Amino acid sequence: MLRDITLGQYYPADSVIHKLDPRVKLFATLIYIISLFCFKGIAALLAATAFLFAVIKTSKVPFKFMVKGLKAIMVLMLITALFNLFLTPGEPIVQLWIFKITAEGAQNAVLMAIRLTYLILGTSIMTLTTTPNQLTDGLEKSLMPLSKIGIPVHAIAMMMSIALRFIPILIEETDKIMKAQMARGADFESGNLIHKVKNMVPLLVPLFVSAFRRADDLAMAMEARCYNGGEGRTKMKPLKYVALDHKAYAIIFAYFIVILLCRTFLPWPM
Amino acid sequence: MSLILDKINYVYSEGTAYQIQALKDVNLEIRDGQFIGVIGHTGSGKSTLIQHLNGLVKATSGTIYFNGQDIYDEDFDLRELRNRVGLVFQYPEHQLFETTIFDDVSFGPKNQGLSKEEAGLRAFEALRSVGLPEELYYQSPFDLSGGQKRRVAIAGVLAMKPEVLILDEPTAGLDPAGRDEILDLVARMHKEKGITVILVSHSMEDVAKYVERIIVMNHGQVMFDNTPCEVFKHYKELEQIGLAAPQVTYLMHELKEKGLNVNTEATTVAEARESLLEVLLGREPNHRGSNLEEENLC
Repeated sequence: MLRDITLGQYYPADSVIHKLDPRVKLFATLIYIISLFCFKGIAALLAATAFLFAVIKTSKVPFKFMVKGLKAIMVLMLITALFNLFLTPGEPIVQLWIFKITAEGAQNAVLMAIRLTYLILGTSIMTLTTTPNQLTDGLEKSLMPLSKIGIPVHAIAMMMSIALRFIPILIEETDKIMKAQMARGADFESGNLIHKVKNMVPLLVPLFVSAFRRADDLAMAMEARCYNGGEGRTKMKPLKYVALDHKAYAIIFAYFIVILLCRTFLPWPM
Repeated sequence: MSLILDKINYVYSEGTAYQIQALKDVNLEIRDGQFIGVIGHTGSGKSTLIQHLNGLVKATSGTIYFNGQDIYDEDFDLRELRNRVGLVFQYPEHQLFETTIFDDVSFGPKNQGLSKEEAGLRAFEALRSVGLPEELYYQSPFDLSGGQKRRVAIAGVLAMKPEVLILDEPTAGLDPAGRDEILDLVARMHKEKGITVILVSHSMEDVAKYVERIIVMNHGQVMFDNTPCEVFKHYKELEQIGLAAPQVTYLMHELKEKGLNVNTEATTVAEARESLLEVLLGREPNHRGSNLEEENLC
């Protein structure tokens, strides 16, 4: 039952996008998000669309996996679109009682929906083609300069990867404890809210106990292997840029320049 | 009183890339009062199999009959089944949660709808039968030693007075003394109360010593289902699937090869001793231990 939940939605495939350095993907995603919120004009929109679908195509991830992420923000998207539709001041084109729809509002609503959709699709590509561990690795390396001003970047990255690593283990543990208590007649489904919360105690107490036990064991195991933080620590697979990554950087910069050019010279019709 | 499994199939994560067939056409009949051992290497489907027996996991196809009733019927009460088929999971001490041992053991009986007094009575009885010192009853279960915690957890299931008791590797991680205590307790329950016991184990010695029937699982299928001495005759096949026969069986086979006419079917130390005495003291060889009072004779 619980084991069916997939976390970290990595989709294994053999594509150029998968092989990219995680830092490139993080940076590219950031640039793409910025471009989504500063583009102007139909030409830029077409450029953003073409870029997005070209990347999706090269990533070899089935399109339906990307759409999954969209379902989660459907409500948010609807609310944003409605607010834009009804609350943008301007020339009304349709008026119903106190509701009026302006041309600007309609345009904003459509544009906002497109931006949010592209945002989700763009970030999905990153999470679908990068394992959580690669991602934290990339983050750690990109944020390393911050450690100069006293931010424990390595520790944060380590905590992130440990947390990610333990999610499936804790899910399995929850499943096991749930079954064990059900074998003793526990009921997790029926009853009103207060009842349900009370019935969770036999599940939550053992789960917390086991999480603490695991944390203790892990700390002990790390210390036994002489772990003492990031200072002077080397990696088995250090991140290194190769020719492919440089090309990717060039492409993302070129894309960004195209968007900026469109914004300046072809801002029609926005 | 019996449990019948009819062509049980179970598939994990069906329809995804991670699909695994955990059970494949399993047919079994578990009759009343038997002491059964289930063996198999890791991932052979043992744990999945036993979770079917009290309806925690629903088979992908096939049916289970409890006393002739189909447990997957809409109007079949699964909670009632779980009251009568007690399941002790691996490392059961990880499920303790109450503030006192006594409350934890009463959890099961209370869920059965018994009154506070009755549930308390059951808890007392169960705690006494697992041999926990009485001064500990009102302490936190988290302060106990590993072996004691496990006994409390087993008491938690015993307090529900199941007719069938299933234990998934109850001795894992215990020292030899703790292991014997638990297994002797289970054997005593079986003998005194006549409950059906299903013991999942990795230890061939334990299984040979206590059970009267062995079910060998391999790749989700039942490979052997017979008495210990019949099953351990196939010790070469057992080795191929990552299992083994009891040490005694190997010893007896080696002695036989060296020319001593001993009974190679002996699976426990007591049987082996009897057979050796027969041979060495010039009693009739292969007498099959007629003067033995061990239960699991061949």
